[in-house]
Amino acid sequence: MDNRYVHLEQVGMAFDTKKGRFVALQNVNLDIAQGEFISLIGHSGCGKSTVLNVIAGLLTPTSGVALAAGREIDGPGPERAVVFQNHSLLPWLSCFGNVYLAVERVFGKKENKAQLKARTHAALEMVKMTHATDKLPNEISGGMKQRIGIARALAMEPKVLLMDEPFGALDALTRAHLQDELMRIVQATGSTVVMVTHDVDEAVLLSDRIVMMTNGPAATVGEILTVNLARPRDRLALANDAEYHHYRSAVLEFLYHKELRPAA
Amino acid sequence: MTQSATVTVDAKASAHSAAAPAAAKPAAAPAARPAAEASPGIDWRELIGQRIIPPILGFALFIAVWAAVAQVTKGIPGPSSTFVAAVKLFSDPFYIAGPNDVGIGWKILNSLSRVGLGFGLAALVGIPAGFLLGRFMFLNRMLSPVIGLLRPVSPLAWLPIGLLVFKAAQPAAIWVIFISSIWPIILNTAAGVSTVPQDYLNVARVLKLSEWKVFTTILFPSVLPHLMTGIRLSIGVAWLVIVAAEMLTGGVGLGFWVWDEWNNLNVEHIIVAIFVVGLIGLALEQGLMMLARRFQYN
Repeated sequence: MDNRYVHLEQVGMAFDTKKGRFVALQNVNLDIAQGEFISLIGHSGCGKSTVLNVIAGLLTPTSGVALAAGREIDGPGPERAVVFQNHSLLPWLSCFGNVYLAVERVFGKKENKAQLKARTHAALEMVKMTHATDKLPNEISGGMKQRIGIARALAMEPKVLLMDEPFGALDALTRAHLQDELMRIVQATGSTVVMVTHDVDEAVLLSDRIVMMTNGPAATVGEILTVNLARPRDRLALANDAEYHHYRSAVLEFLYHKELRPAA
Repeated sequence: MTQSATVTVDAKASAHSAAAPAAAKPAAAPAARPAAEASPGIDWRELIGQRIIPPILGFALFIAVWAAVAQVTKGIPGPSSTFVAAVKLFSDPFYIAGPNDVGIGWKILNSLSRVGLGFGLAALVGIPAGFLLGRFMFLNRMLSPVIGLLRPVSPLAWLPIGLLVFKAAQPAAIWVIFISSIWPIILNTAAGVSTVPQDYLNVARVLKLSEWKVFTTILFPSVLPHLMTGIRLSIGVAWLVIVAAEMLTGGVGLGFWVWDEWNNLNVEHIIVAIFVVGLIGLALEQGLMMLARRFQYN
């Protein structure tokens, strides 16, 4: 086995709706190497979240092969942690409790309580949320909730981190801040990340490769752009970087020229 | 939190204080503003004017209408004679003079214990049933028509069945409470379970939580607000039904007391009973509302 951690081959996804069969994805082929940061980008409704959910195991593809670590993806699992778009923290558990739930599930059989607690604290530390340990999710801001969501996912030490528009609901400043944090964390942990986004700058800044999807129905991978920018990346320095702008316009070109926005 | 709460109160207060004088003298509105801002905590004018005076006026109107009706209708006692009767009843609420001649306190406690027992059994059966119905679509489709058929049945229609099965009045009364208060619990719990946000369930799936862990950490806390609504409705129904059930089954309790006093033509006591039933119902409702608020997370 090579270092292809995720392998999608001719993946198709169809849903049965009231109006008949709706083909969301068709012939999606994608390989993701370990330690790679992949962005899925495309117009809304193009099925990028569907691809993510197939990798997560939350959806079972109706055709084709979806492998993770050489094995067929059979349902979700903690080795493929998901950061949900709307954070999905349990509102009745404290920030600590939310992360601990995941930690206990993944490491509870091998480690004692003190170790589990230490792991939880370390995860909160990593996203700089130690001050909110005992707070309930509705007592903290949206950006902080998303940090806890990331902490919960990272604390599981997943093989791949799946993020579904993780910063989509945040304001621009908070988003930029969390992107920087994410880059720092991914750099430190060497995580494999698949992120769904509709933000071109976010995709170029964070990704090793950008997977651009065609418009649905029957969406598929249109082009894949490899981003060869040195890491660590600095958003201020890149703002005037010609290469950065080249990548950025390549994505924009795809989104607004080749795949015109469908009449919404 | 506190800050935003104060802001809304202030905004409301200034809206009120601005609206009233503005009609008469527009210049008064800006002058009223600093006064409202100066008192940071409770706005007494708002509290007394909007929260205390209206209910007092309502009760005053109610008593006036009652007194007027009593004046023109023979046999209906007025507020004052009812009040005298109530004072006498409550001056010795826990006497026992015979098997059926006991103080009003005992009557209340007896009725409450029947409601408690009937409701307790309903909760014991209804909550698990609601969870099953919410979790398994098949069960839901199987039992929904049956529930739909049985739910609109008047509670007292169940009394003969209870008497037939239990061969005694007491369990039959509890049976009536049980059968009439179980539906809101089942339906609200089931609705709560089926509306657990998919996001939370996805979290459970990604974590591969055990069915038990899903129940304790996700389903139960998520359903709790719905369950509390079910319990509130259910106890409301139970309390509504108890008077009628006791009228028919007899024994010590508020319902039979009303019937007994009707036979004695002691209308003052009937009216006292009506107030007692109403007050206890209100207290149960408010108490459960307060309890329910503790389980609201959003």
